[in-house]
Amino acid sequence: MLQLNRDTLVEAFTLMKTIRDFEDRVHTEFATGAIPGFVHLYAGEEASAVGVCLNLNDSDYIASTHRGHGHCIAKGCDVDGMMKEIYGRRDGLCGGKGGSMHIADLAKGMMGANGIVGGGPPLVCGAALSAKTLGTGGVAVAFVGDGGSNQGTTLESYNLAKVWNLPVIFVVEDNGYAETTASAWAVGGSQTKRAEAFGMPGREVDGHDFFDVYEAAQEAVERARAGDGPSLLHVRLGRHYGHFEGDAMAYRAEGEVEALRRDKDCLKAFRTRVTETGLLEPEQLDQIEREVGARIDAAVAGAIGAAAPAAEDLLTDVYASY
Amino acid sequence: MSKKSYRQAINEALAQEMRRDPTVIVMGEDNVGGMGAPGEDDAWGGVLGVTKGLMPEFGRARVLDTPITESAFIGAAAGAAATGLRPVAELMFVDFMGVCFDQIYNQAGKFRYMFGGQGTTPLVIRTMYGAGFRAASQHSQCLYPVFTHIPGLKVVIPSSPYEAKGLMIQSIRDDDPVIFFEHKVMYDDEEEVPDEPYTIPFGEANLTREGGDVTVVAIGRMVQFANQVADKLEKDGIGCTVIDPRTTSPLDTDSILESVAETGRLVVVDEASPRCNMATDISALVSQEAFSALKAPIRMVTPPHTPVPFAPELEDLYIPGPDQIEAAVRAVAGYRA
Repeated sequence: MLQLNRDTLVEAFTLMKTIRDFEDRVHTEFATGAIPGFVHLYAGEEASAVGVCLNLNDSDYIASTHRGHGHCIAKGCDVDGMMKEIYGRRDGLCGGKGGSMHIADLAKGMMGANGIVGGGPPLVCGAALSAKTLGTGGVAVAFVGDGGSNQGTTLESYNLAKVWNLPVIFVVEDNGYAETTASAWAVGGSQTKRAEAFGMPGREVDGHDFFDVYEAAQEAVERARAGDGPSLLHVRLGRHYGHFEGDAMAYRAEGEVEALRRDKDCLKAFRTRVTETGLLEPEQLDQIEREVGARIDAAVAGAIGAAAPAAEDLLTDVYASY
Repeated sequence: MSKKSYRQAINEALAQEMRRDPTVIVMGEDNVGGMGAPGEDDAWGGVLGVTKGLMPEFGRARVLDTPITESAFIGAAAGAAATGLRPVAELMFVDFMGVCFDQIYNQAGKFRYMFGGQGTTPLVIRTMYGAGFRAASQHSQCLYPVFTHIPGLKVVIPSSPYEAKGLMIQSIRDDDPVIFFEHKVMYDDEEEVPDEPYTIPFGEANLTREGGDVTVVAIGRMVQFANQVADKLEKDGIGCTVIDPRTTSPLDTDSILESVAETGRLVVVDEASPRCNMATDISALVSQEAFSALKAPIRMVTPPHTPVPFAPELEDLYIPGPDQIEAAVRAVAGYRA
């Protein structure tokens, strides 16, 4: 078993649980009508974001997707600022101007959730080029879904990252559905063979297993930092909710989500693993769960009570100068 | 000061900024030329030679050739701009925006607003535009109105070598995404251009001719034609003020409105397709803000609403020229209600 110290395990569990509670809570709050627009929830996929991002630091960049809350939390974005942003509040992480699909924190290396499927991979090539040119030692990670894996931007980025030998990791999070369309139908060939075809390593990863993700990401990040170029992880996982909130999920099999929650829950698997091996005590995990729960309660209360943007905010931040 | 071509002026601006600022990089298809090929290095310097000589001075780490993959490298330029570099990326022909536009208008152009003012995106996209090269429908368009439409982008259209150098240096130093339009038939045009670096600010129009009877606003290459017409008509007693806006975003609306307030007559000359172009935009501005000053209907001189044709006889008919501008100026000058 991968050797991780207790602090890292505590951090991993805290982050995964924070994402889960954040998303479960956004789900219930959205149903009240309090949250504008549409949101895409990451619950069920936590091990992927956390397993990857725990291998990164603030000078490394990630680009996310429309399903971005988990990546934001895993990369260190402030949960209160995120919740306020999702509510469209003035002191949200983006001043209430971006919302769920555009949460970003450049100081944390989070280049933005992205409303355009396949929008992130070219940007990440640029962040990796900056790291290489400026000699920061940084790497850059593009999260894409199985849907995004079919976009030309993604495939072009595989090629450019290889040709320019960029420190990039492409993480294809395959939750089985691009909106309603099954990845089994929509993806030609195999994700890892696609990587191979572009001359980079590709690895299948169990996205419900934090340890599998962490180890695979560690290898890819080390490779990128060493100047050995891009690689790809094909992370298989499942989403607990629909494509967006309000999706009745008529396209999913009966009992599919229940089975996913029962048998493939990354948090349950993590708990079992660390307690059975004696790395962490059950009480310790219970305590983290209580703290996370309180933190999310506070974030929601803070967001509900926060002020909306002011009228003058409409016209600011379009340009640095104009 | 010496005579320099439009091509040399842009090349000199790039080289001087690369010397001044190590974060300035250049990238594009064949910007060096011959990458991985057995022949000579720096084989092309871009398809029309604008970036020639940069790689030998600055090396391949700062002058990057790309595969033909506009979505990836224009997006990479946007991502690099958001993370510490000042990339000048070449979109060879603006007609190719169709294969990478998302990275320009949904990504680079919106970062700052969507992210609540976080960060800057000091990206320059150099791109060729315009008809007259017998390059047919997919290599000849004037798509600057499309970019001008997008909040978050700045659009620069230099009308001469002097303008090109000063506006390019300003573009590189600017902290917002800039689309820099180079007219492909102007690369060999020459004029006196200072050797030292200088900037021309955005949003400040250049009055290339001054006269009291008609205001002619012209964009890009059309400024030359408007100047020719102004010089000719001055001898006939018709005085034209020719306004080169230099940038369509930001647009110097004050200079246009002030001039129309004096002349009461406006002709707008735009090589872009006639629906929703700069001519309609500027005409609407003047109609709304200076209606009472107008002594004649506004005239727009544009190509027809067709793709750019190939046959030289047709393309010559397509491009607005001095004859049409002269006819429009004479019509508004002689207009009686």
